[in-house]
Amino acid sequence: MNKKLAVKPGTFSRLLKYILSKYTGTIIIVMICIIFSALSATVATVFMQRLIDECIIPGMTTGMDSVYKKMVSLILTMGFIYVLGVLGNLIYTQLMAVVTQGTLKSLRDDMFFKMETLPIKYFDTHAHGDIMSTYTNDADAIRQLIGQSLPMIFQSTLTIVSIFLMMLFYSVWLTIVVAGVCFLMMTISKKYTGASTKYMIRQQESLAAEEGFIEEMMGGQKVIKVFTHEEESEKKFDEYNEKLFINGEKAHKAGNVLMPILGNVGNLMYVVLAAVGGTLVIMGLPNLSLRGVSPISIGIIVSFLSMSRQLSQTIGQVSMQVSMIAMGIAGASRVFELIDEEPESDDGYVMLVNAYKDENGKIHETEKKTDFWAWKHYHKDSDTTTYQELKGNIEMVDVDFGYVPEKLVLHNVSLYAKPGQKIAFVGATGAGKTTITNLINRFYDIPDGKIRYDGININKIKKPDLRRSLGIVLQEVNLFTGTVMDNIRYGRLDATDEECIEAAKLANADDFITRLPDGYDTMLTGNGSQLSQGQRQLISIARAAVADPPVMILDEATSSIDTRTEELVQRGMDNLMKGRTVFVIAHRLSTVRNSNAIMVLDHGNIIERGTHEDLLAQKGTYYQLYTGAFELE
Amino acid sequence: MIKVLTKSIREYMRSTILTPVYVALEVLLECILPFVMADLIDHMNGTSMEPVVKYGAILLVMAFASLFFGVMSGREAATASCGFAKNLRHDMFYRIQSFSFADVDKFSSSSLVTRMTTDVTNVQNAFMMVIRIAVRTPLMMIFSLIMAFSINAKLALIFAVMIPVVGFALGMVIRTAFPIFRRIFHKYDALNTSVQENVSAVRVVKAFVREGYEQEKFGKASEDVRQEFTLAERVVSLNNPFLTFGIYTSLLLLNWFGANVIISSHGSALSTGELTSLITYGVQIMISLMMFSMVVVMITIASESTERIVEVMQYEPTLVSPENGEMTVADGSIDFEHVSFRYAGNSKKKALSDIDLHIGSGETIGIIGGTGSSKTTLIQLISRLYDVTEGTVKVGGKDVKEYDLKALRDQVAVVLQKNVLFSGTIKDNLRWGKKDATDEEILHVCRLAQADEFVQLFPDKYDTWIEQGGTNVSGGQKQRLCIARALLKKPKVLILDDSTSAVDTKTDALIRRAFAEEIPDTTKIIIAQRVSSVQDADQIIVLDGGRIVEKGTHDELLKEKGIYSELYTSQTGKEA
Repeated sequence: MNKKLAVKPGTFSRLLKYILSKYTGTIIIVMICIIFSALSATVATVFMQRLIDECIIPGMTTGMDSVYKKMVSLILTMGFIYVLGVLGNLIYTQLMAVVTQGTLKSLRDDMFFKMETLPIKYFDTHAHGDIMSTYTNDADAIRQLIGQSLPMIFQSTLTIVSIFLMMLFYSVWLTIVVAGVCFLMMTISKKYTGASTKYMIRQQESLAAEEGFIEEMMGGQKVIKVFTHEEESEKKFDEYNEKLFINGEKAHKAGNVLMPILGNVGNLMYVVLAAVGGTLVIMGLPNLSLRGVSPISIGIIVSFLSMSRQLSQTIGQVSMQVSMIAMGIAGASRVFELIDEEPESDDGYVMLVNAYKDENGKIHETEKKTDFWAWKHYHKDSDTTTYQELKGNIEMVDVDFGYVPEKLVLHNVSLYAKPGQKIAFVGATGAGKTTITNLINRFYDIPDGKIRYDGININKIKKPDLRRSLGIVLQEVNLFTGTVMDNIRYGRLDATDEECIEAAKLANADDFITRLPDGYDTMLTGNGSQLSQGQRQLISIARAAVADPPVMILDEATSSIDTRTEELVQRGMDNLMKGRTVFVIAHRLSTVRNSNAIMVLDHGNIIERGTHEDLLAQKGTYYQLYTGAFELE
Repeated sequence: MIKVLTKSIREYMRSTILTPVYVALEVLLECILPFVMADLIDHMNGTSMEPVVKYGAILLVMAFASLFFGVMSGREAATASCGFAKNLRHDMFYRIQSFSFADVDKFSSSSLVTRMTTDVTNVQNAFMMVIRIAVRTPLMMIFSLIMAFSINAKLALIFAVMIPVVGFALGMVIRTAFPIFRRIFHKYDALNTSVQENVSAVRVVKAFVREGYEQEKFGKASEDVRQEFTLAERVVSLNNPFLTFGIYTSLLLLNWFGANVIISSHGSALSTGELTSLITYGVQIMISLMMFSMVVVMITIASESTERIVEVMQYEPTLVSPENGEMTVADGSIDFEHVSFRYAGNSKKKALSDIDLHIGSGETIGIIGGTGSSKTTLIQLISRLYDVTEGTVKVGGKDVKEYDLKALRDQVAVVLQKNVLFSGTIKDNLRWGKKDATDEEILHVCRLAQADEFVQLFPDKYDTWIEQGGTNVSGGQKQRLCIARALLKKPKVLILDDSTSAVDTKTDALIRRAFAEEIPDTTKIIIAQRVSSVQDADQIIVLDGGRIVEKGTHDELLKEKGIYSELYTSQTGKEA
């Protein structure tokens, strides 16, 4: 949590620059309008004083007629200034709405665009809740900052400066009194906003902790029921809840009392001013002002009093913004942190293209879908382009790999997969099966290229093209919000409905899909939570089938499907993958039995390899795994 | 609806009532203050300090009183709103704990989380608004109006005209903005869902090279949100110029007519001091109007949250423990008597039909069947996680409905298919099974579940911290820990719902052997995909489409040449 609160220096100016880079013109107009809006409020007090001194007081003795003209002109000028003020206000608030939302959109887009380019490692090492909160909480805090706090601070600063300037024109002595009280107000608000911010943060922390607990308990509600653990979880919840209450109460108390305190310090200022002003008048002391030295008048004191009220109100408003600004800047800091992340690097230049062979056996590139792929090499030194047929030959030579350099997960792994072969990996969880597939599609990069695809070092293949050539079905199924059809089509965006249904039939998913209330148009939400684990796996297999890739990786793709259905799925997949390479990871040995080669992995080493029959004959680990259950009898 | 919520105020009723009282007193003083200030100005004559001292003293006393009330109202409001929110969350959490499986399915856990977090925060903010601002602003307006009228009724009429004009404008703003905000919430939700899906499905996105597609999708969604949100903010921003317009118009009118009145009456009908007070009141009235419109917006926004909270609070759990329920389970025998079952949401299709099954205490039963054959449904009826639609389920010779729920579930341990470990140490997690389990007991059950071996390899052994959702242990390890956790209960019936699917066959066999040797008296029900996991069972049941289609021992079923023998052949490659 402390790490999260650290604000990178320069965040605020970076945010300003970010806004200005898109809205320089608009911001200038906004500032001019704010100046009008702020000045109109201040100038009003001057006119009030002039109205009293120049019209009302002489008018009371000389009668209405003598001051009528003056009064009309004063009121008209005032009206004119007010019109400018209202217009300024109208224009700047409208423009700021545009600026705020526009900036937020580009921040969101920048975050998301960057996020999509980040390596898998980023997602494996950052809590998903934290990433989400950057989009929600932090973006909200920035909205507050840009939309409300910034214009308000600007306007308030203007108001405060102009009031002080005007005060100096009236009386230096009284201005000093006001400045003294303002200093006191700042000190007080610093203390309270400090406390408020501190407890606000604590409140946020305990809120986050409680939310985490609620999330965990709601997710595990069925386990709670099974273990009749309700009372314990209630007790634990109350602890979190109490902590949140205590911190929340403190935060709100500090926040809530600031306004009344400042307001009444303002009242105090009023009395002090009246006393000092009154004394000055009575003693007839010379009044020093920017206009020179003159006797102090009641009118001056009256203006001062109303200016002081305005001043204390403005300071109150500013101090209410302090916590908001702090939270906004902290949010911006995290947003920029995400935007600054290093994207996945890709130095590949070999591309995957649709192609066809002419009668001479020469390969030509084409835009059309031909069911024939070729690797397109561009040779820089000779400025020529060559094409090579994609076959699905995968070769790993002496691969060592660790997610962290100190701890190797794979040792010296070598393997060959020829086109059309089915290669299986078996072994305990953590043996490195998934890691191998992570390397083949370059979710993680090996420091030195020892993996070759059709003889090409995979580091030379553009990542998107490499991945397009590999279909992958993962154990953890992720479906997207949308219809079943949309989810299958995710495999190939231009697939027709018929092709999607065909793929579903192949995956043996058509049966249950057509029995869903809306068939293929059934909306899936929350990662397809309305489906069973097995059904979700079937959809994800259909999704990979529609992509129709030359190489397929099935990582525990059928673990939640019963063996009978699995057989049907496999038969379909075998048809689809005829002549193509398939990697299969499974702990269920019936899944891998008909593979061309089975690799038994243990602690990152391939300890056995061969066909099912070979391995059984070896009577090694595979044999033990396979017959384990019987051996014990 | 509101009544349901106010029940949660309880011990914070005092603060809830005191807040508006203090607020009212504070407002009263705030309204009298400009009055006294006007007196001060009017009596300042430049010859004597006496009026300054006199009115200054009054002002100071009032300022301190106002300070006191202001601080107190702020503090009480903090206590009241935080306390209310605390009780509300407490009530919801306790209510949810009484929900049955069916109820949890109905609400979905993610929706329950939103209701307990975001929705409560919305309601808490609205609550604080109501007891502070919703009391403050109308009072402020009324007091200010009274004071204004008492100063000069004719001039105060200006406000009587301005209030409806500005009030109407602000009201229109709310009416226009509210439906837009409603739309925004939905679009915003969609945007967040899209982010969340991309974060958790990043491997799929990358594997299918859909980064560009997702970016385009997101760009559209965020543009949608931008347009709507800009519109909404622009509408709401109109509040500000409307208010400024209201204030300025009042000021101009006041100054003009006020000056006229002062001059023509030679200061007898109105003084300059009184004019400044009128202006102050005018500004206060207009600001109160705007604050009030903001409160209305807040409350309307919170009303949707309120509905969602009330829905949870008023929901009667569909499955409750009987009063004075039977506390002891005689033995581990289980009888299904012509049981049929339907899930509430899927009422057309029977998940189970006419199940008749008798299991003796201490027997081992294997259940096998295809995806969607209702294996899980069947065993969930035993510990009464759902209630049967027809027929009866008996445990220890008695209908499960007669047992106290806790007593029944303590004796019938289920290791769920979708199992969960909670953040905490391994020991913490295991002690879910038995709160005060000793280290020896824990070690014992972990040995039975074949978990001890790998736990010992962790640097912190049984004190190893498990991350939320158990992400730092492998699937097979998680399953074995879940089995150990269930064993700690020393149940009379132990149900494993596909609980060894990620465990290799050898370990799986070791676990089953340990069961047979160490807990022979416990009835064991094992759901599995692997034939090898169930073939030693006393009775094997094959489910298909919610019906028992085959029943018998391994050898009997092989002879039947039905689904079971087919499975056996496909999995082992041996002819039955």
